[in-house]
Amino acid sequence: MNTTALKELLYKMADDALIIGHRNSEWTGIGPMLEEDLAFSSMAQDKIGHALALYKILNELLGEESPDKIAFLRDENKFKCCHLVELPIGEYDFSLIRHFLFDHAEAIRYEMLSHSSFTPLAQLAKKVKGEIKYHTMHADSFLKQLAKGNEESKARMQSALNFAFPYALGIFEKGDNESELIKENIFAGEDELKKQWLQKIRPIIESAGLKLPKVEESAIKYGGRKGFHTEHLKTLLDEMCEVTRLEPTAEW
Amino acid sequence: METLANINETNIKNVWAALENVKDPEIPVLTVVDMGIITDIKIETLNSRLQTCHVTMTPTFVGCPAIDVMKKSIYDEVKKLGFDTVEVKVDFETSWTSDRMSEEARMKLEKFGLAPPVHIHGELTEEQLNQVRCPHCGSTDTTLRSAFGSTLCRAIRFCFNCKQGFEQFKPV
Repeated sequence: MNTTALKELLYKMADDALIIGHRNSEWTGIGPMLEEDLAFSSMAQDKIGHALALYKILNELLGEESPDKIAFLRDENKFKCCHLVELPIGEYDFSLIRHFLFDHAEAIRYEMLSHSSFTPLAQLAKKVKGEIKYHTMHADSFLKQLAKGNEESKARMQSALNFAFPYALGIFEKGDNESELIKENIFAGEDELKKQWLQKIRPIIESAGLKLPKVEESAIKYGGRKGFHTEHLKTLLDEMCEVTRLEPTAEW
Repeated sequence: METLANINETNIKNVWAALENVKDPEIPVLTVVDMGIITDIKIETLNSRLQTCHVTMTPTFVGCPAIDVMKKSIYDEVKKLGFDTVEVKVDFETSWTSDRMSEEARMKLEKFGLAPPVHIHGELTEEQLNQVRCPHCGSTDTTLRSAFGSTLCRAIRFCFNCKQGFEQFKPV
């Protein structure tokens, strides 16, 4: 099995989960209502759990550093997350749309990976996809409610969607070794994922009365998978890693 | 005369019994056996001496923070049986679903005030989220208020009959 390609896939997935998990956790205590505070906090916990499980595979089976070291002691350019997950939480409309766009991609990615030829990943994917179902159900339900609320809520959802969409397309930026993943039946590839994702989200968006921006007219935000990030990642890492970096060898 | 197979069978039974003492820290009425999170027990013996016990467990939710505590308690309980070494492994080879929870566990949960998960037989559907009985009054006239609750495995529901909020163990 091509371990370079495999590591590339695991790192980008785990980094996405860790960073969106951290962003979700920023809603703890300030959600627009109690249930949403709980929802974003619980999803944060799920995502960070998924990141940990992926970092563990990297560590235990592929010889990478321990999960804590990977998460807290890497430089910004070593992270392979997409730009979508890095953006600050902004207003609730943006966080909700990001959650909708990101989690539908996650649900399909894990569904695809549940058939992966790399067994440890297939086993984890089978488990994770059941959990993500709750995330997409949550996103769908609030997207519909707000898009059909009143003129203001509809306009805000549409404008958040217009803003987030080019970033969401950046999820599907390919790594250098993607053809190996496809050849070895580890993962069917970002193009396939993107195709299924568009098929999935379009009817949901349209039935909510919103318009999906055109892919061909979007200025897609690439770079994350190659280690080039928005200015927001550095700020996030400085905060998230602050305590660990003060005393990297401390026992907790 | 005791055969090796018999010795192993008895020992494995003893391990299962010991695991009945390990509770889920987030739901203290349930043991790890009730939850169905123990997926394998293997024992190595040498001349009837208890050498190694391998216990395999699988998490209810990947990010469940109670896993490490349960792992430690499992180790402690099994070690008491006199094994030289105990190895507790967490993996996803057998994937946990709420369908693994025993009938006894479901009854205990309901008595505790937590609605048990419905059987999902494979993939969860939205309809299944609406077939939940209130643990306080028994009415099925209930609705999902939030799929996320006080722990990763709980959802918040409301009963229209007794006008009470309640928690449900999420089917997954």
